[in-house]
Amino acid sequence: MIQEEPAIMDYDNKISTIIRDLPRSGIRDFFELVIGRSDVISLGVGEPDKPTPWPIREAVIRSLEKGQTSYTSNLGLEALRVGISEYVTKHFRTTYDPKTEILVTVGVSEALDIAFRAVLNPGDEVIYHEPCYVSYSPSIKMAYGVPVVVQTREENEFALMAEDVEKAITPKTKVIALNFPTNPTGGIMPHEELAKIAALAVKHDLFVFTDEIYSELLYDGRQHKSIVEFPGMRERTVLLHGFSKAFAMTGWRLGYACAPAPLREAMMKIHQYCMLCAPIMSQMAGIEALKMGEAAYEDMRQSYEQRRNLIVSRLNGMGLHCFNPGGAFYVFPEIRSTGLTSKEFAIQLLEKKSVAVVPGSAFSSAGEGFVRCCYATAPELIAKAMDLMEEFVNEVRGK
Amino acid sequence: MDPLIEMLHNNSRRSHHEMALALGLTESEVASRIAAAEADGTILGYSAVVDRLKAGHRGVTALIEVRIAPERDGGFDRLARRISKFDQVRECFLMSGGYDLAVIVEGKDLLDVATFVAEKLSTLGGVLSTATRFQLKAYKEGGFFANSGGDEERLPVSP
Repeated sequence: MIQEEPAIMDYDNKISTIIRDLPRSGIRDFFELVIGRSDVISLGVGEPDKPTPWPIREAVIRSLEKGQTSYTSNLGLEALRVGISEYVTKHFRTTYDPKTEILVTVGVSEALDIAFRAVLNPGDEVIYHEPCYVSYSPSIKMAYGVPVVVQTREENEFALMAEDVEKAITPKTKVIALNFPTNPTGGIMPHEELAKIAALAVKHDLFVFTDEIYSELLYDGRQHKSIVEFPGMRERTVLLHGFSKAFAMTGWRLGYACAPAPLREAMMKIHQYCMLCAPIMSQMAGIEALKMGEAAYEDMRQSYEQRRNLIVSRLNGMGLHCFNPGGAFYVFPEIRSTGLTSKEFAIQLLEKKSVAVVPGSAFSSAGEGFVRCCYATAPELIAKAMDLMEEFVNEVRGK
Repeated sequence: MDPLIEMLHNNSRRSHHEMALALGLTESEVASRIAAAEADGTILGYSAVVDRLKAGHRGVTALIEVRIAPERDGGFDRLARRISKFDQVRECFLMSGGYDLAVIVEGKDLLDVATFVAEKLSTLGGVLSTATRFQLKAYKEGGFFANSGGDEERLPVSP
């Protein structure tokens, strides 16, 4: 019998147009250049340089020994939700009922995705700020929403200006999405600007989704304030948070959403069908992490602050203008003075000096002219990377 | 702890320049504060944390639990300082619990340590008893793990 040639499917026309038209993450392109090279000093990561604190790992080993490997409630383990409620009350001065207002998710990424899907109808607009983490615009599009970008600027240390937000509001606006401190800039929000944005949300009856993933990592004695704390905001805010950055738990994929009961219920409907529940091992880790509280990250936070001081001084010292970011663990130096684009800068730095930084353009066009350097790296490696970068900058400038 | 001293305690090889940038000080401030800490005995000394087995060291280390009689003036101090003066003693701490001093002793072999205990330590006036425990293997020393390869790997680039 003669086998028929398999027909070549026209995949381009078969794949959903929304997905087909999503751009590939610029980070992935750059990742492929770096992967497999062992000689690279990487300032290109988006996570802490230390593994999860041992007491958290040890608690999970113990839970595995006891055979705790089952599904949990769709909402997440009650003990974890109670712990989250207490933690959020302390850190954000806002209380959520663990039974009706908290949902444990697979990282903040899932929480953000289901929050968009829970409220957006096709054509609804979401205002978000760039440069930002790579998933905002795609997540909005995948929920059939329309991303509306507001640029943050270096002159404002990449804080979001309320007057820029106001200009972007239309009758179709449904959500303002915030993430401060911000990846990739390290920018934070002045409280007075946050108050103005809260007032806008109330005036125009908008939701605010606030991604608080870096909220523990603030420097120079600053206290974090979330938009949920302003008058009239609790009812319209979805507070998204997780364990990845402060507790060095990126690989556990554990996050949560806090929201008024009807919103939490809408998100829960999606979560139960697409995810069922967050892995129980990660939830056990979360319970232990919350028991440790600040003790799990305060030493690291202090150490990040010192590393930030070091890297900001070195970058400015080599003539790459870099503002002193108030949070997260990134600096975002401007590299235009070298005459290179951010992609050229990152690729040539990698090829000539084996130092990896991420081109700002990977975080939207607003990031062009900048590169992201993560300082969650050993101080001696930061110092070495800065020596190499300085050599590179001098060579490019023909010094 | 003073952040500069803490930084040195974690890694005494960082340059003055680097520490100055990290702490927002000038290099001369760093240098003078370190000199002052050395002078007033805050900084006792500098040494590398070494995996001695790997470095070819074949000597032995023992933890000796020592019970001593406190004295009317000065309690345990005079005798503890006297014990600390022996070159064989690397560390000496006053402890709570069932014995008084934890004395870490190094010798070239078992006999060497045994001789020290029998002839020097237990014959001192005021030493009531000793219990010697030999160290077999180091797993963690001075905050560093011995003999464990880098088992934690991050992706070189991530969002």
